[in-house]
Amino acid sequence: MPLTPEEVRAIAELARIGISDAEARTMQAELNKIFELIGRMQKVDTEGIAPMTHAQGVALRLRPDKVTEPDQRERFLKLAPQNEAGLYLVPKVIE
Amino acid sequence: MLNSSVKDLAAGLAQKKFSSVELTKAFLSRIGALNGKFNAFITVDAEKSLAQARAADARIATGQAQPLTGIPVAHKDIFVARDWLTTCGSKILSNFVSPYDAHVIERFNAAGAVLLGKTNMDEFAMGSSSESSFYGPVRNPWNADCVPGGSSGGSAAAIAARMAPAATGTDTGGSIRQPAALSGICGLKPTYGLVSRYGMVAFASSLDQGGPFAKSAEDLALLLNVMADYDERDSTSIERPREDYTHDLERPLSGLRVGVPNEHFGGGLDADVGAAVEAALAQLEKLGAKRVPIELPNSGLSVPAYYVIAPAEASSNLSRFDGVRYGYRAKDYADLADMYKRTRAEGFGAEVRRRILIGTYVLSHGYYDAYYLKAQRIRRLIANDFVEAFKRCDVVVGPTSPTVAFKIGAKTSDPVQMYLNDIYTIPANLAGLPAASIPCGFGAGGLPVGLHLVGNYFAEAKLLNVAHQYQKATDWHRREPAGLQ
Repeated sequence: MPLTPEEVRAIAELARIGISDAEARTMQAELNKIFELIGRMQKVDTEGIAPMTHAQGVALRLRPDKVTEPDQRERFLKLAPQNEAGLYLVPKVIE
Repeated sequence: MLNSSVKDLAAGLAQKKFSSVELTKAFLSRIGALNGKFNAFITVDAEKSLAQARAADARIATGQAQPLTGIPVAHKDIFVARDWLTTCGSKILSNFVSPYDAHVIERFNAAGAVLLGKTNMDEFAMGSSSESSFYGPVRNPWNADCVPGGSSGGSAAAIAARMAPAATGTDTGGSIRQPAALSGICGLKPTYGLVSRYGMVAFASSLDQGGPFAKSAEDLALLLNVMADYDERDSTSIERPREDYTHDLERPLSGLRVGVPNEHFGGGLDADVGAAVEAALAQLEKLGAKRVPIELPNSGLSVPAYYVIAPAEASSNLSRFDGVRYGYRAKDYADLADMYKRTRAEGFGAEVRRRILIGTYVLSHGYYDAYYLKAQRIRRLIANDFVEAFKRCDVVVGPTSPTVAFKIGAKTSDPVQMYLNDIYTIPANLAGLPAASIPCGFGAGGLPVGLHLVGNYFAEAKLLNVAHQYQKATDWHRREPAGLQ
């Protein structure tokens, strides 16, 4: 079923991507064409077919609960747009 | 030097015909002359490269060289390299200087290879033309008005224009093989899990796989020997005994069963591409291979299933780009939510935003079963088609791409048309199988055509064997674009 511009704006909100009304209309047309392509799947009977999540079907490994990484706090913090006193800075969330 | 294979360059270094510094300088100067035209590299740092070349020369002098010691290798700008800008073709990483090395980079460093530069690509590897890069489109060395393919188009163009002897790429739906085909070089996507994804910026984690580009199958084998390695930092890395991918190159093809899928020769395949692929199949038969018709009946569903699975995984992977810990942050914002939204709207290009929205939608409440789960079931059907096919043949052969390289701008306004470029390559990603593309002739406008080879799990050596035997009997892989001085 085709998406409306309101739905496109709601998806963008979920994805935390700002979108203007004009962009939502362009995006709506493009997404609907893509969902038409995707829709070809729906005609296929997949009853009883096990979903394939991974090419090799391997289980995730466990490792011992041991520290393996060296402390590189300063090095990583330096990459942040804003940091202070060893913390990442973001706009105030609670007044 | 510029036209030599990696194998010959390694021999030249061993025999002291030239040093790694001389070799690296030759390629740096070629990049200086041609990169303005083709835009294959985002970052070149001669000082860093030459420091590695000097270290390689010292290592060669003490007799401790490995096969790739001193060889310059270009890396797709999706592999993080310590102290190198790593952008993934995006504005959102335009200021990201990596604090660590990807596993693939560690492996090349340990082998003594020289990091020649970081290559241009579709933003976050989402594309088939290398036009969606924040750093501008890559141009095809065979015709600068055309795309080189994508998403690893910078790596492919760098080799085609002889700006690098070898390079790395990543392939989620065809991003190594399709640019290899459109740029007239060789590329290999290994079995999922063979090359570590550690330090490879994630797009669709269940499909992403790193692999090599080179001018010949023999060179691909040398590169894969370095790249393929178990790594506990990648949870889907596969632990298996080390393999020398050159060991089977010289095996004759007599008795080889070549499976030819009907579905990859139907509507949508351009006649010039079809003719070159038919000629290549005839050549393989001349070398003793037997042609076996096979069926991949669910092949047509691979593009729809892919455009659910890949965007779904991408929407989750790309949620980390929020302007808080690293990367670009919008200048003006009212509050935290506004900061996220502006950062991501300004930092991501149109195709990346499109795919994040598709992924967010198909994973949202109430739609998961209809889209994601359905796509995962179809993925199984596609993988099962190959299980049946490999009961009857040793390797599946067909066209890599339905067309030769198209004009820049020809498909940018229609995402669906762009997506259909990968119709023959996506099935191998969904199934997790190894696959390669090698040059097999020329089509319309004198542009290269790629031959697609798909093997069973871990059959990389078999694929390289077939490709090498074909390349011993033909010279398509030795052709180079004219007029590049």
